Amino acid sequence: MTDLNKLTIAEARDALKKGETTSVALTEACLAAIDAQGVLNAVVHKTPELAMEQAKAADARGYADAPALSGIPLGIKDLFCVKGVDTQAASGILKGFKPEYDSTVTTKLFENGAVMLGKTNMDEFAMGSSNEHSAYGPSVNPWKVDDRQLTPGGSSGGSASAVAADLCIGAIGTDTGGSIRQPAAFTGTVGIRPTYGRVSRYGIVAYASSLDQAGPMTKTVRDTAIMLTAMSGHDMRDSTSADIAVPDFEAALTGDIKGKTIGIPREYRLDGLNAEIAGLWDKGADMLRDAGAKVVDVSLPHTKYALPAYYVIAPAEASSNLARYDGVRFGHRATLGAGDGINEMYEKTRAEGFGAEVQRRIMVGTYVLSAGFYDAYYNRARKVRTLIKRDFENVFASGVDAILAPTTPSPAFGIGEVSDADPVQMYLNDVFTVTLNLAGLPGVSVPAGLDANGLPLGLQLIGKPWEEADLLNIAYSLEGSTGFVAKPQKWW
Amino acid sequence: MSIDTDTARRVAKLARIKVEEDALPALAQEFSAILGFIEQLEEVDVDGIEPMTSVTPQRLKRRDDVVTDGSQQQAVLKNAPDAREGFFAVPKVVE
Repeated sequence: MTDLNKLTIAEARDALKKGETTSVALTEACLAAIDAQGVLNAVVHKTPELAMEQAKAADARGYADAPALSGIPLGIKDLFCVKGVDTQAASGILKGFKPEYDSTVTTKLFENGAVMLGKTNMDEFAMGSSNEHSAYGPSVNPWKVDDRQLTPGGSSGGSASAVAADLCIGAIGTDTGGSIRQPAAFTGTVGIRPTYGRVSRYGIVAYASSLDQAGPMTKTVRDTAIMLTAMSGHDMRDSTSADIAVPDFEAALTGDIKGKTIGIPREYRLDGLNAEIAGLWDKGADMLRDAGAKVVDVSLPHTKYALPAYYVIAPAEASSNLARYDGVRFGHRATLGAGDGINEMYEKTRAEGFGAEVQRRIMVGTYVLSAGFYDAYYNRARKVRTLIKRDFENVFASGVDAILAPTTPSPAFGIGEVSDADPVQMYLNDVFTVTLNLAGLPGVSVPAGLDANGLPLGLQLIGKPWEEADLLNIAYSLEGSTGFVAKPQKWW
Repeated sequence: MSIDTDTARRVAKLARIKVEEDALPALAQEFSAILGFIEQLEEVDVDGIEPMTSVTPQRLKRRDDVVTDGSQQQAVLKNAPDAREGFFAVPKVVE
Protein backbone atom coordinates (compact mmCIF):
# COMPACT_ATOMS: atom_id res chain seq x y z
CA MET A 1 0.00 0.00 0.00
CA THR A 2 1.21 3.49 -0.73
CA ASP A 3 0.70 6.69 1.21
CA LEU A 4 -0.29 4.89 4.37
CA ASN A 5 -0.33 8.20 6.24
CA LYS A 6 -3.29 9.29 4.10
CA LEU A 7 -5.57 6.57 5.47
CA THR A 8 -8.44 7.30 7.79
CA ILE A 9 -8.65 5.54 11.15
CA ALA A 10 -11.38 3.22 9.85
CA GLU A 11 -9.35 2.40 6.72
CA ALA A 12 -6.17 1.79 8.69
CA ARG A 13 -8.03 -0.37 11.19
CA ASP A 14 -9.50 -2.49 8.39
CA ALA A 15 -6.15 -2.80 6.61
CA LEU A 16 -4.51 -3.92 9.85
CA LYS A 17 -7.27 -6.45 10.49
CA LYS A 18 -6.87 -7.90 6.99
CA GLY A 19 -3.11 -8.05 7.37
CA GLU A 20 -2.61 -5.68 4.43
CA THR A 21 -0.30 -3.48 6.45
CA THR A 22 1.31 -3.21 9.85
CA SER A 23 1.32 -0.54 12.50
CA VAL A 24 5.07 -0.26 12.03
CA ALA A 25 4.53 0.60 8.35
CA LEU A 26 1.74 3.07 9.19
CA THR A 27 3.84 4.67 11.89
CA GLU A 28 6.93 4.92 9.68
CA ALA A 29 4.84 6.60 6.97
CA CYS A 30 3.53 9.16 9.46
CA LEU A 31 6.96 9.78 11.00
CA ALA A 32 8.38 10.38 7.50
CA ALA A 33 5.56 12.83 6.76
CA ILE A 34 6.27 14.61 10.07
CA ASP A 35 9.98 14.83 9.24
CA ALA A 36 8.95 16.55 5.99
CA GLN A 37 6.45 18.92 7.67
CA GLY A 38 8.75 21.91 7.16
CA VAL A 39 7.01 25.22 7.66
CA LEU A 40 3.74 23.61 8.82
CA ASN A 41 5.35 23.29 12.26
CA ALA A 42 2.44 21.11 13.34
CA VAL A 43 4.30 18.51 15.42
CA VAL A 44 6.58 20.23 17.92
CA HIS A 45 7.89 17.35 20.05
CA LYS A 46 8.43 14.16 18.07
CA THR A 47 8.35 10.85 19.92
CA PRO A 48 9.55 8.37 17.24
CA GLU A 49 11.02 5.90 19.73
CA LEU A 50 7.84 5.70 21.78
CA ALA A 51 5.83 5.47 18.54
CA MET A 52 7.86 2.57 17.14
CA GLU A 53 7.74 0.75 20.47
CA GLN A 54 3.93 1.10 20.61
CA ALA A 55 3.59 0.12 16.94
CA LYS A 56 5.65 -3.03 17.41
CA ALA A 57 3.62 -3.92 20.50
CA ALA A 58 0.37 -3.51 18.53
CA ASP A 59 1.67 -5.66 15.67
CA ALA A 60 2.91 -8.30 18.12
CA ARG A 61 -0.47 -8.43 19.80
CA GLY A 62 -2.27 -8.95 16.51
CA TYR A 63 -5.54 -7.46 15.27
CA ALA A 64 -8.10 -10.15 15.91
CA ASP A 65 -10.24 -8.80 18.79
CA ALA A 66 -7.82 -5.90 19.16
CA PRO A 67 -8.98 -2.74 20.94
CA ALA A 68 -10.44 0.08 18.86
CA LEU A 69 -7.31 2.09 18.10
CA SER A 70 -4.79 -0.73 17.95
CA GLY A 71 -1.76 0.35 15.96
CA ILE A 72 -3.26 3.71 14.90
CA PRO A 73 -0.71 6.59 14.95
CA LEU A 74 -2.04 9.80 16.51
CA GLY A 75 -0.92 13.36 17.20
CA ILE A 76 -1.39 14.56 20.78
CA LYS A 77 -1.95 18.23 21.57
CA ASP A 78 0.84 19.64 23.74
CA LEU A 79 -1.74 20.22 26.50
CA PHE A 80 -1.98 16.54 27.49
CA CYS A 81 0.45 15.19 30.08
CA VAL A 82 2.32 12.10 28.92
CA LYS A 83 4.80 10.63 31.35
CA GLY A 84 8.39 11.49 30.45
CA VAL A 85 7.38 13.41 27.30
CA ASP A 86 7.75 17.19 27.00
CA THR A 87 4.42 18.80 27.89
CA GLN A 88 4.72 22.49 27.50
CA ALA A 89 1.27 23.84 26.56
CA ALA A 90 3.27 25.81 23.96
CA SER A 91 4.47 28.05 26.79
CA GLY A 92 7.92 29.22 27.75
CA ILE A 93 6.98 28.80 31.39
CA LEU A 94 6.75 25.01 31.00
CA LYS A 95 9.91 24.61 28.95
CA GLY A 96 11.54 21.33 29.83
CA PHE A 97 8.56 20.09 31.87
CA LYS A 98 8.26 16.32 31.66
CA PRO A 99 5.25 15.08 33.64
CA GLU A 100 5.57 12.20 36.04
CA TYR A 101 2.09 10.96 35.12
CA ASP A 102 -0.27 10.50 32.17
CA SER A 103 -3.53 12.27 31.43
CA THR A 104 -6.59 10.02 31.57
CA VAL A 105 -7.28 10.66 27.88
CA THR A 106 -3.84 9.51 26.72
CA THR A 107 -4.00 6.57 29.13
CA LYS A 108 -7.29 5.52 27.54
CA LEU A 109 -5.91 5.98 24.03
CA PHE A 110 -2.86 3.87 24.87
CA GLU A 111 -5.04 1.21 26.52
CA ASN A 112 -6.94 1.14 23.23
CA GLY A 113 -3.70 0.43 21.41
CA ALA A 114 -3.00 3.87 19.95
CA VAL A 115 0.48 4.94 18.85
CA MET A 116 1.72 8.42 19.83
CA LEU A 117 3.70 10.21 17.12
CA GLY A 118 4.41 13.37 19.07
CA LYS A 119 3.03 16.56 20.56
CA THR A 120 1.21 19.02 18.33
CA ASN A 121 1.48 22.80 18.22
CA MET A 122 -1.17 25.07 19.78
CA ASP A 123 -1.78 28.54 21.12
CA GLU A 124 -0.09 28.96 24.48
CA PHE A 125 -2.27 27.45 27.23
CA ALA A 126 -5.00 27.04 24.56
CA MET A 127 -5.58 30.79 24.48
CA GLY A 128 -5.96 31.85 20.90
CA SER A 129 -7.72 31.31 17.59
CA SER A 130 -4.79 31.22 15.18
CA ASN A 131 -1.93 29.20 16.69
CA GLU A 132 0.16 32.37 16.41
CA HIS A 133 0.58 32.65 20.18
CA SER A 134 2.96 29.72 20.59
CA ALA A 135 6.41 29.40 22.11
CA TYR A 136 7.23 27.13 19.14
CA GLY A 137 6.26 29.76 16.58
CA PRO A 138 3.08 29.54 14.53
CA SER A 139 1.73 26.39 12.96
CA VAL A 140 0.74 26.85 9.33
CA ASN A 141 -2.35 25.62 7.48
CA PRO A 142 -1.61 23.09 4.71
CA TRP A 143 -4.33 24.82 2.67
CA LYS A 144 -2.79 27.55 0.53
CA VAL A 145 -4.33 29.44 -2.37
CA ASP A 146 -1.95 32.36 -2.93
CA ASP A 147 1.34 33.71 -1.60
CA ARG A 148 0.07 33.98 1.93
CA GLN A 149 0.61 31.44 4.65
CA LEU A 150 -2.68 30.84 6.42
CA THR A 151 -3.30 30.00 10.04
CA PRO A 152 -4.80 26.58 10.82
CA GLY A 153 -6.93 28.27 13.47
CA GLY A 154 -6.51 27.67 17.15
CA SER A 155 -5.93 26.79 19.71
CA SER A 156 -5.62 23.17 18.46
CA GLY A 157 -3.98 24.40 15.25
CA GLY A 158 -1.12 21.89 15.16
CA SER A 159 -3.50 18.94 15.50
CA ALA A 160 -5.72 20.30 12.72
CA SER A 161 -2.77 21.02 10.44
CA ALA A 162 -1.30 17.56 11.11
CA VAL A 163 -4.58 15.77 10.32
CA ALA A 164 -5.25 17.83 7.18
CA ALA A 165 -1.68 17.35 5.91
CA ASP A 166 -1.76 13.59 6.63
CA LEU A 167 1.08 13.78 9.15
CA CYS A 168 -1.01 11.50 11.35
CA ILE A 169 -4.09 9.32 11.04
CA GLY A 170 -5.95 11.23 13.74
CA ALA A 171 -5.29 13.65 16.60
CA ILE A 172 -6.71 15.03 19.81
CA GLY A 173 -7.41 18.59 20.81
CA THR A 174 -9.23 20.55 23.48
CA ASP A 175 -12.07 23.03 23.09
CA THR A 176 -12.69 25.81 25.62
CA GLY A 177 -14.32 28.33 23.28
CA GLY A 178 -14.02 26.69 19.87
CA SER A 179 -10.46 25.37 19.87
CA ILE A 180 -11.35 22.05 18.20
CA ARG A 181 -14.14 23.16 15.88
CA GLN A 182 -12.64 26.38 14.48
CA PRO A 183 -9.33 24.72 13.43
CA ALA A 184 -11.30 21.78 12.01
CA ALA A 185 -13.31 24.22 9.88
CA PHE A 186 -10.17 26.06 8.75
CA THR A 187 -8.48 22.83 7.61
CA GLY A 188 -11.33 20.81 6.09
CA THR A 189 -11.32 18.26 8.91
CA VAL A 190 -13.81 16.97 11.48
CA GLY A 191 -13.74 17.68 15.21
CA ILE A 192 -16.12 17.30 18.11
CA ARG A 193 -16.27 19.04 21.44
CA PRO A 194 -18.19 16.59 23.64
CA THR A 195 -20.68 17.39 26.40
CA TYR A 196 -18.94 18.89 29.42
CA GLY A 197 -18.08 15.93 31.65
CA ARG A 198 -18.00 13.31 28.89
CA VAL A 199 -14.20 13.20 28.77
CA SER A 200 -11.95 13.38 31.83
CA ARG A 201 -9.88 16.54 32.20
CA TYR A 202 -7.34 14.85 34.49
CA GLY A 203 -3.81 15.52 33.29
CA ILE A 204 -4.81 18.15 30.76
CA VAL A 205 -3.13 21.50 31.44
CA ALA A 206 -6.05 23.63 32.64
CA TYR A 207 -7.17 26.85 30.98
CA ALA A 208 -10.79 27.48 32.07
CA SER A 209 -11.95 24.44 33.98
CA SER A 210 -15.71 24.95 33.64
CA LEU A 211 -15.39 25.18 29.84
CA ASP A 212 -12.49 22.86 28.87
CA GLN A 213 -13.25 19.56 27.14
CA ALA A 214 -11.00 17.31 25.09
CA GLY A 215 -12.10 15.70 21.84
CA PRO A 216 -10.90 14.00 18.67
CA MET A 217 -9.81 15.75 15.45
CA THR A 218 -9.98 13.49 12.43
CA LYS A 219 -10.45 13.12 8.69
CA THR A 220 -14.03 11.79 8.87
CA VAL A 221 -17.06 11.69 11.14
CA ARG A 222 -16.62 7.92 11.51
CA ASP A 223 -13.08 8.42 12.80
CA THR A 224 -14.32 11.00 15.29
CA ALA A 225 -16.91 8.50 16.53
CA ILE A 226 -14.27 5.77 16.92
CA MET A 227 -11.93 8.03 18.89
CA LEU A 228 -14.62 9.60 21.05
CA THR A 229 -15.78 6.16 22.21
CA ALA A 230 -12.21 5.39 23.28
CA MET A 231 -11.65 8.73 25.05
CA SER A 232 -14.92 9.03 27.00
CA GLY A 233 -16.00 7.80 30.38
CA HIS A 234 -16.09 8.50 34.07
CA ASP A 235 -12.84 9.06 35.91
CA MET A 236 -12.49 9.22 39.69
CA ARG A 237 -9.66 11.70 39.16
CA ASP A 238 -11.96 14.32 37.60
CA SER A 239 -14.90 15.00 39.88
CA THR A 240 -16.74 16.76 37.02
CA SER A 241 -16.53 13.76 34.72
CA ALA A 242 -19.95 12.18 34.44
CA ASP A 243 -20.74 8.65 35.51
CA ILE A 244 -22.89 8.01 32.44
CA ALA A 245 -22.62 5.00 30.15
CA VAL A 246 -20.61 5.60 26.98
CA PRO A 247 -22.38 4.31 23.87
CA ASP A 248 -20.55 2.91 20.86
CA PHE A 249 -20.62 6.11 18.85
CA GLU A 250 -19.56 4.41 15.64
CA ALA A 251 -22.49 1.98 15.87
CA ALA A 252 -24.82 5.00 15.91
CA LEU A 253 -23.76 6.06 12.41
CA THR A 254 -26.68 4.81 10.35
CA GLY A 255 -27.04 7.95 8.25
CA ASP A 256 -30.79 7.74 8.82
CA ILE A 257 -32.02 11.09 10.10
CA LYS A 258 -35.65 10.83 9.02
CA GLY A 259 -37.93 12.56 11.48
CA LYS A 260 -35.15 14.53 13.15
CA THR A 261 -35.75 18.23 13.72
CA ILE A 262 -32.93 20.64 12.95
CA GLY A 263 -33.03 24.19 14.31
CA ILE A 264 -31.60 27.19 12.45
CA PRO A 265 -30.85 29.93 15.00
CA ARG A 266 -31.79 33.31 13.59
CA GLU A 267 -29.41 35.22 15.87
CA TYR A 268 -26.43 33.55 14.13
CA ARG A 269 -27.29 35.33 10.89
CA LEU A 270 -25.10 38.28 11.79
CA ASP A 271 -25.14 41.54 9.88
CA GLY A 272 -22.47 41.34 7.24
CA LEU A 273 -22.06 37.56 7.54
CA ASN A 274 -19.74 36.26 4.80
CA ALA A 275 -22.07 35.56 1.85
CA GLU A 276 -20.44 32.26 0.94
CA ILE A 277 -20.77 31.02 4.51
CA ALA A 278 -24.41 32.11 4.60
CA GLY A 279 -25.00 30.28 1.31
CA LEU A 280 -23.31 27.14 2.54
CA TRP A 281 -25.39 27.23 5.70
CA ASP A 282 -28.60 27.33 3.62
CA LYS A 283 -27.28 24.48 1.49
CA GLY A 284 -26.50 22.43 4.59
CA ALA A 285 -30.07 22.95 5.82
CA ASP A 286 -31.39 21.83 2.41
CA MET A 287 -29.24 18.70 2.53
CA LEU A 288 -30.55 17.74 5.95
CA ARG A 289 -34.11 18.41 4.74
CA ASP A 290 -33.51 16.24 1.67
CA ALA A 291 -32.26 13.49 3.99
CA GLY A 292 -35.62 13.51 5.76
CA ALA A 293 -35.11 15.96 8.60
CA LYS A 294 -37.48 18.77 9.42
CA VAL A 295 -35.78 22.17 9.44
CA VAL A 296 -37.21 24.89 11.67
CA ASP A 297 -36.23 28.42 12.65
CA VAL A 298 -35.28 28.79 16.28
CA SER A 299 -34.25 31.66 18.52
CA LEU A 300 -31.34 31.83 20.95
CA PRO A 301 -31.92 35.38 22.17
CA HIS A 302 -28.78 35.78 24.30
CA THR A 303 -26.35 34.70 21.57
CA LYS A 304 -24.88 38.18 21.29
CA TYR A 305 -23.77 38.09 24.92
CA ALA A 306 -21.96 34.75 24.77
CA LEU A 307 -18.63 36.15 23.63
CA PRO A 308 -18.45 38.94 26.24
CA ALA A 309 -19.55 36.50 28.96
CA TYR A 310 -16.86 34.08 27.81
CA TYR A 311 -14.21 36.80 27.97
CA VAL A 312 -15.06 37.35 31.62
CA ILE A 313 -15.45 33.74 32.75
CA ALA A 314 -12.53 32.18 30.83
CA PRO A 315 -9.91 34.77 31.92
CA ALA A 316 -11.23 34.64 35.50
CA GLU A 317 -10.75 30.88 35.64
CA ALA A 318 -7.42 31.17 33.81
CA SER A 319 -6.08 33.72 36.31
CA SER A 320 -6.81 31.21 39.06
CA ASN A 321 -5.59 28.10 37.20
CA LEU A 322 -2.38 29.73 36.02
CA ALA A 323 -1.46 30.97 39.49
CA ARG A 324 0.33 27.62 39.88
CA TYR A 325 3.10 28.76 37.52
CA ASP A 326 5.14 30.45 40.19
CA GLY A 327 8.67 29.25 39.52
CA VAL A 328 8.63 26.92 42.52
CA ARG A 329 7.30 23.48 41.69
CA PHE A 330 7.84 23.07 37.95
CA GLY A 331 8.79 24.97 34.85
CA HIS A 332 10.75 28.14 34.40
CA ARG A 333 12.24 30.26 37.16
CA ALA A 334 13.74 33.65 36.33
CA THR A 335 17.34 34.45 37.20
CA LEU A 336 17.13 36.67 40.24
CA GLY A 337 19.14 39.72 41.17
CA ALA A 338 20.90 40.28 44.47
CA GLY A 339 18.34 41.04 47.13
CA ASP A 340 15.36 39.76 45.12
CA GLY A 341 12.80 38.09 47.36
CA ILE A 342 9.93 35.77 46.59
CA ASN A 343 7.66 38.42 45.06
CA GLU A 344 10.36 39.44 42.58
CA MET A 345 10.77 35.78 41.75
CA TYR A 346 7.05 35.38 41.00
CA GLU A 347 6.83 38.58 39.00
CA LYS A 348 9.96 38.09 36.91
CA THR A 349 9.27 34.38 36.33
CA ARG A 350 5.74 35.02 35.10
CA ALA A 351 6.74 38.02 32.97
CA GLU A 352 9.46 35.96 31.26
CA GLY A 353 7.54 32.69 31.01
CA PHE A 354 4.10 33.76 29.78
CA GLY A 355 3.48 35.16 26.31
CA ALA A 356 1.61 38.41 25.69
CA GLU A 357 -1.88 36.96 25.19
CA VAL A 358 -1.64 34.75 28.27
CA GLN A 359 -0.46 37.69 30.39
CA ARG A 360 -3.33 39.75 29.02
CA ARG A 361 -5.94 37.12 29.91
CA ILE A 362 -4.49 36.49 33.38
CA MET A 363 -4.63 40.21 34.10
CA VAL A 364 -8.14 40.64 32.72
CA GLY A 365 -9.19 37.70 34.88
CA THR A 366 -7.48 39.21 37.90
CA TYR A 367 -9.29 42.49 37.28
CA VAL A 368 -12.79 41.00 36.92
CA LEU A 369 -12.30 38.99 40.11
CA SER A 370 -10.85 41.87 42.13
CA ALA A 371 -12.68 43.47 45.02
CA GLY A 372 -15.30 45.92 43.82
CA PHE A 373 -15.61 44.40 40.33
CA TYR A 374 -16.50 40.81 41.14
CA ASP A 375 -20.25 41.41 41.11
CA ALA A 376 -20.25 43.81 38.18
CA TYR A 377 -18.26 41.51 35.90
CA TYR A 378 -17.83 37.96 37.12
CA ASN A 379 -21.19 37.38 38.77
CA ARG A 380 -23.03 39.17 35.98
CA ALA A 381 -21.27 37.00 33.41
CA ARG A 382 -22.25 33.86 35.30
CA LYS A 383 -25.89 35.00 35.34
CA VAL A 384 -25.74 35.63 31.59
CA ARG A 385 -24.30 32.14 31.24
CA THR A 386 -27.40 30.77 32.97
CA LEU A 387 -29.55 32.63 30.42
CA ILE A 388 -27.50 31.33 27.48
CA LYS A 389 -27.94 27.76 28.69
CA ARG A 390 -31.65 28.36 29.19
CA ASP A 391 -31.93 29.53 25.55
CA PHE A 392 -30.66 26.14 24.39
CA GLU A 393 -32.85 24.26 26.86
CA ASN A 394 -35.93 26.04 25.52
CA VAL A 395 -35.02 25.18 21.93
CA PHE A 396 -34.41 21.51 22.73
CA ALA A 397 -37.61 21.37 24.81
CA SER A 398 -39.53 22.52 21.74
CA GLY A 399 -38.57 19.29 19.97
CA VAL A 400 -35.36 20.29 18.21
CA ASP A 401 -32.78 17.49 18.02
CA ALA A 402 -29.79 19.51 16.83
CA ILE A 403 -28.91 23.03 15.74
CA LEU A 404 -27.13 23.84 12.49
CA ALA A 405 -24.87 26.90 12.24
CA PRO A 406 -21.64 27.97 10.58
CA THR A 407 -18.52 27.05 12.54
CA THR A 408 -16.61 30.26 11.80
CA PRO A 409 -17.44 33.71 10.45
CA SER A 410 -14.70 33.45 7.78
CA PRO A 411 -12.37 30.97 6.08
CA ALA A 412 -8.76 30.66 7.32
CA PHE A 413 -6.98 34.02 7.46
CA GLY A 414 -3.32 34.83 6.87
CA ILE A 415 -0.70 34.76 9.58
CA GLY A 416 -0.35 38.25 11.04
CA GLU A 417 -3.55 39.51 9.40
CA VAL A 418 -5.59 39.87 12.55
CA SER A 419 -3.95 42.61 14.53
CA ASP A 420 -2.41 41.90 17.88
CA ALA A 421 -3.13 45.47 18.88
CA ASP A 422 -6.88 44.82 19.06
CA PRO A 423 -7.41 41.49 20.83
CA VAL A 424 -11.19 41.77 20.43
CA GLN A 425 -10.86 41.28 16.64
CA MET A 426 -9.28 37.88 17.24
CA TYR A 427 -11.89 36.99 19.85
CA LEU A 428 -14.67 37.45 17.26
CA ASN A 429 -13.49 34.23 15.57
CA ASP A 430 -15.24 32.33 18.34
CA VAL A 431 -18.61 34.01 17.89
CA PHE A 432 -20.41 30.85 16.66
CA THR A 433 -18.51 28.30 18.72
CA VAL A 434 -18.33 29.78 22.20
CA THR A 435 -22.06 29.64 23.00
CA LEU A 436 -22.15 25.90 23.48
CA ASN A 437 -19.07 25.86 25.72
CA LEU A 438 -20.96 28.17 28.06
CA ALA A 439 -23.96 25.82 27.89
CA GLY A 440 -21.84 22.67 28.29
CA LEU A 441 -23.20 21.19 25.05
CA PRO A 442 -21.59 18.98 22.41
CA GLY A 443 -20.78 20.44 18.98
CA VAL A 444 -19.21 18.94 15.89
CA SER A 445 -17.70 20.74 12.91
CA VAL A 446 -17.98 19.08 9.50
CA PRO A 447 -16.27 20.33 6.32
CA ALA A 448 -19.06 21.49 4.05
CA GLY A 449 -17.41 22.92 0.95
CA LEU A 450 -14.80 25.24 -0.51
CA ASP A 451 -15.11 28.98 -0.93
CA ALA A 452 -14.47 30.74 -4.25
CA ASN A 453 -10.73 30.81 -3.50
CA GLY A 454 -10.65 27.10 -2.74
CA LEU A 455 -10.47 27.26 1.05
CA PRO A 456 -12.52 24.88 3.20
CA LEU A 457 -15.52 26.05 5.21
CA GLY A 458 -17.19 24.20 8.04
CA LEU A 459 -20.69 23.77 9.36
CA GLN A 460 -21.38 23.09 12.99
CA LEU A 461 -24.04 20.90 14.54
CA ILE A 462 -24.90 21.50 18.19
CA GLY A 463 -26.56 18.71 20.15
CA LYS A 464 -28.33 17.97 23.39
CA PRO A 465 -26.27 17.06 26.45
CA TRP A 466 -25.08 13.43 26.33
CA GLU A 467 -26.59 12.93 22.87
CA GLU A 468 -23.31 12.79 20.94
CA ALA A 469 -24.42 9.55 19.26
CA ASP A 470 -27.43 11.24 17.69
CA LEU A 471 -25.37 14.33 16.91
CA LEU A 472 -22.62 12.37 15.16
CA ASN A 473 -25.23 10.49 13.14
CA ILE A 474 -26.65 13.78 11.86
CA ALA A 475 -23.08 14.95 11.13
CA TYR A 476 -22.49 11.67 9.27
CA SER A 477 -25.54 12.29 7.11
CA LEU A 478 -24.39 15.85 6.39
CA GLU A 479 -20.88 14.63 5.56
CA GLY A 480 -22.35 12.12 3.10
CA SER A 481 -24.52 14.80 1.48
CA THR A 482 -21.75 17.36 1.06
CA GLY A 483 -19.45 14.75 -0.45
CA PHE A 484 -16.49 16.83 0.70
CA VAL A 485 -13.29 15.04 -0.35
CA ALA A 486 -10.93 17.95 -1.17
CA LYS A 487 -7.42 17.76 0.22
CA PRO A 488 -4.67 20.40 0.27
CA GLN A 489 -2.01 19.99 -2.42
CA LYS A 490 1.43 19.39 -0.92
CA TRP A 491 3.54 22.56 -1.18
CA TRP A 492 5.42 22.49 2.13
CA MET B 1 -14.80 51.83 31.34
CA SER B 2 -11.41 53.34 30.69
CA ILE B 3 -8.50 51.80 32.55
CA ASP B 4 -5.73 54.16 33.62
CA THR B 5 -2.07 53.26 34.09
CA ASP B 6 -2.45 53.18 37.88
CA THR B 7 -5.13 50.49 37.59
CA ALA B 8 -3.01 48.57 35.07
CA ARG B 9 -0.08 48.70 37.48
CA ARG B 10 -2.25 47.48 40.35
CA VAL B 11 -3.68 44.57 38.30
CA ALA B 12 -0.21 43.52 37.15
CA LYS B 13 0.90 43.53 40.77
CA LEU B 14 -2.09 41.44 41.86
CA ALA B 15 -1.39 38.98 39.04
CA ARG B 16 2.29 38.81 40.02
CA ILE B 17 3.44 39.71 36.52
CA LYS B 18 6.21 42.29 36.19
CA VAL B 19 5.24 44.97 33.70
CA GLU B 20 7.77 47.70 32.99
CA GLU B 21 6.59 51.24 33.64
CA ASP B 22 6.81 52.23 29.97
CA ALA B 23 4.61 49.27 28.94
CA LEU B 24 1.74 50.26 31.22
CA PRO B 25 -0.03 52.77 28.95
CA ALA B 26 -0.35 50.25 26.10
CA LEU B 27 -1.53 47.59 28.54
CA ALA B 28 -4.12 49.97 29.97
CA GLN B 29 -5.37 50.62 26.45
CA GLU B 30 -5.74 46.90 25.73
CA PHE B 31 -7.65 46.41 28.98
CA SER B 32 -9.93 49.29 28.07
CA ALA B 33 -10.72 47.71 24.70
CA ILE B 34 -11.47 44.32 26.26
CA LEU B 35 -13.54 45.77 29.09
CA GLY B 36 -15.41 47.96 26.63
CA PHE B 37 -16.37 44.77 24.81
CA ILE B 38 -17.34 43.02 28.04
CA GLU B 39 -19.54 45.89 29.13
CA GLN B 40 -22.23 44.83 26.65
CA LEU B 41 -23.26 42.50 29.45
CA GLU B 42 -24.77 45.49 31.25
CA GLU B 43 -27.59 45.49 28.67
CA VAL B 44 -28.85 42.11 29.88
CA ASP B 45 -31.64 41.94 32.43
CA VAL B 46 -30.32 39.49 35.01
CA ASP B 47 -32.81 40.25 37.78
CA GLY B 48 -33.66 37.10 39.66
CA ILE B 49 -31.23 34.96 37.65
CA GLU B 50 -28.92 32.65 39.57
CA PRO B 51 -25.24 32.75 38.60
CA MET B 52 -24.20 29.43 37.09
CA THR B 53 -22.09 27.25 39.33
CA SER B 54 -22.18 23.94 37.45
CA VAL B 55 -22.98 23.60 33.77
CA THR B 56 -24.14 20.00 34.06
CA PRO B 57 -26.30 19.68 37.13
CA GLN B 58 -24.88 16.70 38.93
CA ARG B 59 -23.96 15.73 42.41
CA LEU B 60 -20.21 15.33 42.54
CA LYS B 61 -19.12 11.75 43.15
CA ARG B 62 -17.80 10.99 46.58
CA ARG B 63 -15.31 8.37 47.60
CA ASP B 64 -14.23 6.90 50.89
CA ASP B 65 -12.06 9.29 52.87
CA VAL B 66 -8.91 7.21 52.72
CA VAL B 67 -5.41 7.80 51.44
CA THR B 68 -5.13 6.57 47.85
CA ASP B 69 -1.86 8.12 46.78
CA GLY B 70 1.32 9.56 48.19
CA SER B 71 4.92 8.80 49.13
CA GLN B 72 6.15 10.15 45.83
CA GLN B 73 8.60 12.78 46.98
CA GLN B 74 11.06 12.17 44.14
CA ALA B 75 8.36 12.40 41.48
CA VAL B 76 6.90 15.54 43.04
CA LEU B 77 10.27 17.30 43.15
CA LYS B 78 11.45 16.02 39.77
CA ASN B 79 10.49 19.13 37.78
CA ALA B 80 11.34 21.73 40.41
CA PRO B 81 13.70 24.51 39.30
CA ASP B 82 15.44 24.28 42.69
CA ALA B 83 14.92 21.29 44.99
CA ARG B 84 17.23 20.60 47.91
CA GLU B 85 17.22 17.90 50.56
CA GLY B 86 13.70 16.87 49.72
CA PHE B 87 12.26 20.39 49.69
CA PHE B 88 11.33 23.06 47.16
CA ALA B 89 13.83 25.88 47.63
CA VAL B 90 12.69 29.51 47.30
CA PRO B 91 14.32 32.90 47.87
CA LYS B 92 13.93 34.79 51.12
CA VAL B 93 10.24 35.06 52.09
CA VAL B 94 10.39 37.05 55.35
CA GLU B 95 12.16 40.39 55.65
